[in-house]
Amino acid sequence: MTFIAARKALLAALAGTALIGIGAAKAEGTLVLYCSVQEEWCRPMANEFEKATGIKVAMTRKSSGETYAQIKAEASNPRGDVWWGGTGDPHLQAAEEGLTETYESPKKAELHDWAVKQWAQSKGRTVGIYAGALGFGFNTKQIGSRGVPEPKCWSDLINPKLKDEVQVADPNSSGTSYTMLATLVQLMGEDKAFEYLKALHKNINQYTKSGAAPAKATSLGETTVGITFMHDMVTMVVNGGPVKVVAPCEGTGYEIGSMSIIKGARNMENAKKFYDWALTPEAQKLAEAAKSYQVPSNKNVVPPPQSPKLADIKLIDYDFAKYGSSAERKRLLSKWDNEVKKLPK
Amino acid sequence: MRPATRLVYLCAWLGFALLPWYLTEGMSLTGLDWLAGYPLGKAGSGLALGLAGEARWLLPGGAMLLLAGLAWPRQDEQRAASILIWAGAAGFALFFLQGFAIGLKGQGIPWLASLFGSAGATQRGMGPGAFLTIISLLLMMCHGLAYRGFCRGDVFTTSTIGLLVLLIGLFIFFPVVTILKGAVVDSAGRPDFGAFADRFFDSSIWGLGCLTADVSCGVAWNTLILAVLCGFLTTLFGLASALLILRTGMPGKTMMKALTVLPIITPPFVIGLALILLFGRTGMVSNLLYEWVDVPRSRWIYGLPGVLIAQVLAFAPIAFLVLIGVVQGISPSLEEASQTLGAHRWETFSTITWPLLRPGIANAFLLGFVESMADFGNPLVLGGNFEVLSTKIFFAVVGAAHNEGQAAVLALVLLAFTLGAFWLQHSWLGKKSYTTVTGKGDAGLATPLPRRVSWISTLLVVPWVALTVVIYIIIVIGGFVKSMGRDYTPTLEHFLTGFRIDFSRGMHFEGAAWDSFFTTVKLAAISAPITALIGLLAAYLLKRQTFHGRGALEFSTMLSFAIPGTVLGVAYILAFNVPPIEMTGTGIILVIAFVFRNMPVGVRSGIAGLSQIDKSLDEASATLSARSFTTLWRVVLPLLRPALVAALVYSFVRAMTAVSAVIFLVSAEYNLATAYIVGRVEAGEFGLAIAYSSVLIVVMALGIMLIQFGVGERKLGRRSADTKAAPVAVGGG
Repeated sequence: MTFIAARKALLAALAGTALIGIGAAKAEGTLVLYCSVQEEWCRPMANEFEKATGIKVAMTRKSSGETYAQIKAEASNPRGDVWWGGTGDPHLQAAEEGLTETYESPKKAELHDWAVKQWAQSKGRTVGIYAGALGFGFNTKQIGSRGVPEPKCWSDLINPKLKDEVQVADPNSSGTSYTMLATLVQLMGEDKAFEYLKALHKNINQYTKSGAAPAKATSLGETTVGITFMHDMVTMVVNGGPVKVVAPCEGTGYEIGSMSIIKGARNMENAKKFYDWALTPEAQKLAEAAKSYQVPSNKNVVPPPQSPKLADIKLIDYDFAKYGSSAERKRLLSKWDNEVKKLPK
Repeated sequence: MRPATRLVYLCAWLGFALLPWYLTEGMSLTGLDWLAGYPLGKAGSGLALGLAGEARWLLPGGAMLLLAGLAWPRQDEQRAASILIWAGAAGFALFFLQGFAIGLKGQGIPWLASLFGSAGATQRGMGPGAFLTIISLLLMMCHGLAYRGFCRGDVFTTSTIGLLVLLIGLFIFFPVVTILKGAVVDSAGRPDFGAFADRFFDSSIWGLGCLTADVSCGVAWNTLILAVLCGFLTTLFGLASALLILRTGMPGKTMMKALTVLPIITPPFVIGLALILLFGRTGMVSNLLYEWVDVPRSRWIYGLPGVLIAQVLAFAPIAFLVLIGVVQGISPSLEEASQTLGAHRWETFSTITWPLLRPGIANAFLLGFVESMADFGNPLVLGGNFEVLSTKIFFAVVGAAHNEGQAAVLALVLLAFTLGAFWLQHSWLGKKSYTTVTGKGDAGLATPLPRRVSWISTLLVVPWVALTVVIYIIIVIGGFVKSMGRDYTPTLEHFLTGFRIDFSRGMHFEGAAWDSFFTTVKLAAISAPITALIGLLAAYLLKRQTFHGRGALEFSTMLSFAIPGTVLGVAYILAFNVPPIEMTGTGIILVIAFVFRNMPVGVRSGIAGLSQIDKSLDEASATLSARSFTTLWRVVLPLLRPALVAALVYSFVRAMTAVSAVIFLVSAEYNLATAYIVGRVEAGEFGLAIAYSSVLIVVMALGIMLIQFGVGERKLGRRSADTKAAPVAVGGG
């Protein structure tokens, strides 16, 4: 009997829990932040902004692709206010489709040229908050056991001895990898770039889905070489992985992590406050503690010592307007699909 | 009118005249600021707003409600029925139409709005008042139909059918149609069938290059092969374990039962990660093999083999849960009869037991097949260059190409496969009878398994259990060492990051994971009973009642299962971000997504259970003049306990481990554990991901124990081999 009584009590308790209401959120004095970098960096950004202004931040962390898809789906009734972080391409695309708002921050004068250029190209709809160069990393143990010289250039990666030893994301799913595709096209010219990609295809063991995945795989030794943004590889080095980061000798492209205000934001004033605050040195210094080694866009911030120095890297003059446009992207991606991915190994 | 109908009629007025019609921001039961201006204002009732001219379009529906009142005093049921049917249907339709016609600025359907005389007007999403009124109108119509003699005049049955159809229409068909429209329109929103054909017949979907050269095959073939293998293997392992546990004296049954359940309560990614740490190129097993027997290291785990192993590990327990109920339900009398007539164990097994297992096997296979098709986490981690539809759809939506049209086409292909499997299963089972639980004397003991069957089962199950054990050892260790696979220094760091509690100023949940953790547990606990209830009700209707369109209803309950999570997630955003049903950013949308995504398991296990219970039990209850609700509650439900446990456990667990369906639906306030874990995995922080997962595993195990304790066991005659006499009463509980 006691067993049955206990069971009834339990059921009653469960039914009680179910009745606790789950309603809609209050929208005053708040800011809804869509954050597209790592959690460790998103969290302090939200907390410090709350401390600095008293505005309550509701933060959601999602990759830039997911956030873009969400903003697009919500366009007729926007839920978010600011979209902070994540590679520049989806921000530019959102700008092109008018999903984001124009805004000129008083802090603009303190920014590096590349950050302002991003702003100008998007006609004021998005601004650069950090930059990171594309590169690759290799596992020092694996490369030693394979008797291959340490790769230093893009051309070293098509060495037949590295067959099935290079990992990079699929450009269809990852902005990182699309940056590589666009970089190579700008660096070598389209025809040569595709020749190179076809040669590289033989050495690729896997086109991953996520752009940063090859960094972890390199650190674990699941692949010898991984092509990613350099700061993602640096994080592996800082965590103690047997990884060496390389800035390719021929030169390389880069991403501009961006920030946009969502069109029709419900808390427009707070969104602008966050925008201004996120461009200050205080806000941008939070990256280092979060083990994120991108180069900050405010000139007055000293980049973390581990960061790849942009000055030491041969950077190409990356044409974000051309290669960020949907038409060019579609063309390059479908060309890559048809001419590279379908090839036998 | 019957008293029940009068109650419904009063509810309709309650919703229309008293409750707030619209969804109001800041609505809560504690603070009452949002009620300012009532009965007008933001939280005004439909009647007040309509009469005051602020929402005139609500009045026609209200008039229908008034009209239905004519049926109140009628003694003549046929006249009352006509009034209820017509007024209910018209009111229902009018309220729905105004909702879709008039929305936010620039939304809605202009020509329809002008029919309501309110072109250019705007309104917010429907709130409690609107929903109560609309549902009551629907119920009035159903009651009217029952008066007319539909479903043998049973009000409960017609109402349940009506509600189910409404829910399925609203939360499955409406969002799915919204997104699938994307398959046949171009980027500007115009219909374009040429583009559809191009996308549909693309070689990346149907290519057969892998047969002749070293390139990958079309993603459709990959998915199909994987799903068939997965369905086959999960059924095999599930059946072997169920037979071993119920029909042999094998030692270690309890441990095995616990172990077979472990994989379903494991969050996605974790099994994949553990497999990489074991069999990856630098994995532990690969290292041992390389050092001891010089097997060269390779990346074989990335691709079909890895995904298949992970899926079988993850989904065989679902097959097991389905099959254990079925094996348990097989009446020993039939087997005893067979043996009395001189059949050997093997003969009995192959001619009696096996045929009776068929509905269970078909259901288990179907679940394994569909689970594999919808699985997202394992192909993501282990897929390598082996692409399947679910991940391809996800990246078509969120990837650099942002190709929603392609996503919709791929979703159609996936849908076609799943529904095809459903149809095949249906035709295989045919119209045979699988009833074994009857009201007649039933006191046999189950026949022991034939020796070869128990040998084969043991050979299958033991290595599988061993692998599971190893994987869980890795998961346990993984949370407590610095970096699995590289640095085995013991540390509590991962748990502290996630679950630190600061006791210095009272109890303060400081860890980064607490928020998502509490939300996840709360939403899962709310959605599980709702899922089980709706699922079993649907099963009861489908199996025990005859009505027009039953086949269509059964088909549509399976639909949400066939839809990949990603598609459902995006569909829900597109459909429910704007009026009339506006609920993105709330916890409700997550609960609804969970309920309708997991409902099919409730339906399937309910149907499998009901096929075994003789209809004469219901009929006996009906003869004793019980109404169908009483029969359902007192006779059928107690016999369905295994199905109820399966449905509750499954929906609770799936709500806690779902990824692809919820990744678009989580919001700042309602973040979920899995979305957090995905972020950790993306950032390469396997330690915290594994630590969080092991906490979830413990919580889910506790949840399952609570469910089993709460529901209790089904008592069926003398089924176990021990001699403790259980009561023979069938309707126990």
